[in-house]
Amino acid sequence: MNNNNTIQLSKQDNSKIVLSGLSRRRRKDRRLKLYGRLAVATAVTFLIFLLIAIGSKGIPGFFQYYVTLEINFDRERLDPMGDLSVDSLYSGESEALVTEAIYSKLKPQGRSQKKAVKKLVSKGGGEKIRDRILKNPKLLGTTSKIRFPVDDDVDSFLRGYIDRNVPESDRRLNDFQINYIDELVSKNLISYKLSEYFFFGSASRDPELAGIKGAVIGSLMSLAICFIISFPLGVAAAVYLEEIAKKNRLTEFIEININNLAAVPSVVFGILGLAVFIGLFGLPRSVPLVGGMVLALMTLPTIIISSRVSIGAVPPSVKDAALGIGASKMQTIFHHVVPLAMPGMLTGTIIGMARALGETAPLLMIGMVAFIVDIPGSVTDPGTVLPVQIFMWADFAERMFVQKTSAATIILLLFLFLMNAIAIILRKKLERRW
Amino acid sequence: MGAVWFYIGNKSATNLKASSNVKLHSLPHYHGLYLGLISSLPSLVIVLTLMIGDDYIFAKMILREIPKEITDIDNLNKLIAVEQIKNVINGMNFITPPIWVSDAAEVWSSWDNKLKIIMTTLGVSCSIGFGLWGYQNLISSFRARNRVESIVLILLAISSGVAILTTLGILFSVAFESFRFFAIIPIQEFLFGTIWNPQFEGAERAGSGQQGLSEYGSLPLFAGTFLISLIALVIAVPIGLFSAIYLSEYAKKKERAILKPVLEILAGVPTVVYGFFAALTVAPLLRSTGFSLGLDVASESALAAGFVMGIMIIPFVSSLSDDVINAVPQSLRDAAYGLGSTKGETVLQVVLPAALPGVVASILLAVSRAVGETMIVVMAAGLAANLSLNPFDAVTTVTAQIVTILVGDQEFESAKTLSAFALALTLIVITLILNLFALQVVKKYREQYE
Repeated sequence: MNNNNTIQLSKQDNSKIVLSGLSRRRRKDRRLKLYGRLAVATAVTFLIFLLIAIGSKGIPGFFQYYVTLEINFDRERLDPMGDLSVDSLYSGESEALVTEAIYSKLKPQGRSQKKAVKKLVSKGGGEKIRDRILKNPKLLGTTSKIRFPVDDDVDSFLRGYIDRNVPESDRRLNDFQINYIDELVSKNLISYKLSEYFFFGSASRDPELAGIKGAVIGSLMSLAICFIISFPLGVAAAVYLEEIAKKNRLTEFIEININNLAAVPSVVFGILGLAVFIGLFGLPRSVPLVGGMVLALMTLPTIIISSRVSIGAVPPSVKDAALGIGASKMQTIFHHVVPLAMPGMLTGTIIGMARALGETAPLLMIGMVAFIVDIPGSVTDPGTVLPVQIFMWADFAERMFVQKTSAATIILLLFLFLMNAIAIILRKKLERRW
Repeated sequence: MGAVWFYIGNKSATNLKASSNVKLHSLPHYHGLYLGLISSLPSLVIVLTLMIGDDYIFAKMILREIPKEITDIDNLNKLIAVEQIKNVINGMNFITPPIWVSDAAEVWSSWDNKLKIIMTTLGVSCSIGFGLWGYQNLISSFRARNRVESIVLILLAISSGVAILTTLGILFSVAFESFRFFAIIPIQEFLFGTIWNPQFEGAERAGSGQQGLSEYGSLPLFAGTFLISLIALVIAVPIGLFSAIYLSEYAKKKERAILKPVLEILAGVPTVVYGFFAALTVAPLLRSTGFSLGLDVASESALAAGFVMGIMIIPFVSSLSDDVINAVPQSLRDAAYGLGSTKGETVLQVVLPAALPGVVASILLAVSRAVGETMIVVMAAGLAANLSLNPFDAVTTVTAQIVTILVGDQEFESAKTLSAFALALTLIVITLILNLFALQVVKKYREQYE
């Protein structure tokens, strides 16, 4: 009886102890959950902050300020040789026409005022006139209104980045220029439009004229080369390792090798490209061909690994059936296994290519950082790529380049988003569940 | 050429099949493929070797073409001479080259033209020859399919060898130059020296006394790398780990399906974007915050670079840790619940210790990512080689130095250029050790629960 009592007592004691600690323990549990939530929230906040910081600066970069001027397309002065050739147009005085057009609007007096006014319009004005004439020679002899990009300092002023209250010596525009800008604004000659230069211009030291077209084309070329090399090689290697090779020392060594390559810092691939492709093979520097080759070596491990996974996912029954009706091993692989694994391999490839598209460091090493105005016409023309363009623009001091850099970043992120979206859709649409 | 042979083979095999009443061993298109492969592959190999090897051979040959007086008079660098000649050929003349250079360039271009002719004739004749040889085999009993399959098999095996070739290429290109560097600068000076001050060779010679001397002590670079990685880890490990715990243990299925990819976006953003973000937004923000707190923060501080890098590697920690935590058998959790522990206690005292090796591995992989990361540090951390552990100072890293040394024009054979390769070698060794170790841990851990 007595004995039984003590057990009962201790039981009650125990549950008392447990109960008393329970609320504390539950609080601890909730706290852990809260920390987890906070951590996820912080990470997501970082992401949103990053996107907003880039977006808010970048969206204005798609636009720029223009000044509308009346141009008299004087045949004699624009086309002195009279044959409408590029040489003739370049020897013409299109730049002077732009300057005169703005003089006639603002009527500056004296040299210093004239100099101030001349600087308001971008240096690209003459080029724009030549372009117009090349496209439409009938313009010669007529008069029409054309929008010219304003100088980058004027652009920054109109955006409010240059404060008119700052003493004249500390600002990039002098008092004359600010008065003239006010005059242009009051005459309604200034407009804020989508920037044609950003999308269709190539690299330029003048921020108002700089564009991403050359870089985008360079990127597409490099990616094409990368795909042509890495996809067949990657698939072939994956097929060999997954379906054909026996498990032995050599294949194990290859496997370890591939895993290691996937983890080598990307800058090292740049050194490889520099030493082997440029140094040893004597290929030219800064060309998309070499860039694509370096990127191909970089993406190869990713493609091999993901291709192997999707080949491994093809059920053995398919192979057995093919072998059973007398197909050879190669026929089984190329007629059945590879087509079935193709969606998975393509998904992996697109993801790998997306990473290659954003890669900068290895391309810096092979000289794709060179300042190239011409838009590359073939894979052996020097060129640059979008991320490298962003890197170069980020280094320039002019205020307007900040917006252009952010705008280029948005374009890059859009490309990446598109590629990943394609990969996801592909996976959803074509993936089979066995 | 290959396509033509494929067409011929296919056609005549079809004809053969139609005309003779003997059964063909292989389908007609295998005969076509056989001819196509056997005619195009050898000439492809020949053309590629010639294209790759020509510069090397020409460079050797051209040195003999240069008049002896010149090679004797200036004890000129052979590599520079070859480079000068190449510049003339490529039309990159900034100054009028000496006569011997333009002469040599002419000889070079004539070789180039000759080689092109040889290459085409050799390629075409090789293709025709092999094609004809293969064509003789086009009889009904020829086992074309087996031949094609063995050729394809060899091609597949070769492509899997590309991975090895890449590794070898990396090792040789880096190791070779590194050894030359260590021949100039003793290895212990490189590893343990505390001053990093590479100078161009010209500056070295022109430098007055001590000031012009280069120093290649890589300690400040490794200290900088270490500092920035450490800051990144301080940010990424808690956030990544708690995220992983939340996602794998607390979050509902739907929540997890959304949040996990969102976190992984952080790893997909190009590093140049992070670098731009660090330089444009984070660094000024830190600087002004620091200023208002009375701290002197450099405009290119280790903190800004480390912070942004930390954001970047969050998904490396969270995703892998999440996988590892998920792989902990449910039975362990059930046992803990059965003993009356709360979810939090189960996670902290049972699941996490069981998953610890995997978590450590994920952190190691994140470290190796941070050490090898380039663009963020190039854009945000600066190039001042300070031996400092103060996060507000400007520091530089191994990768940033490699990029600055090797981007743009380099001097041949100078210790400065070679030092980049030595840095790359140490970088590879460090990341490889980290990765091998991490993968080993993960592998061992997986086996434990399988």
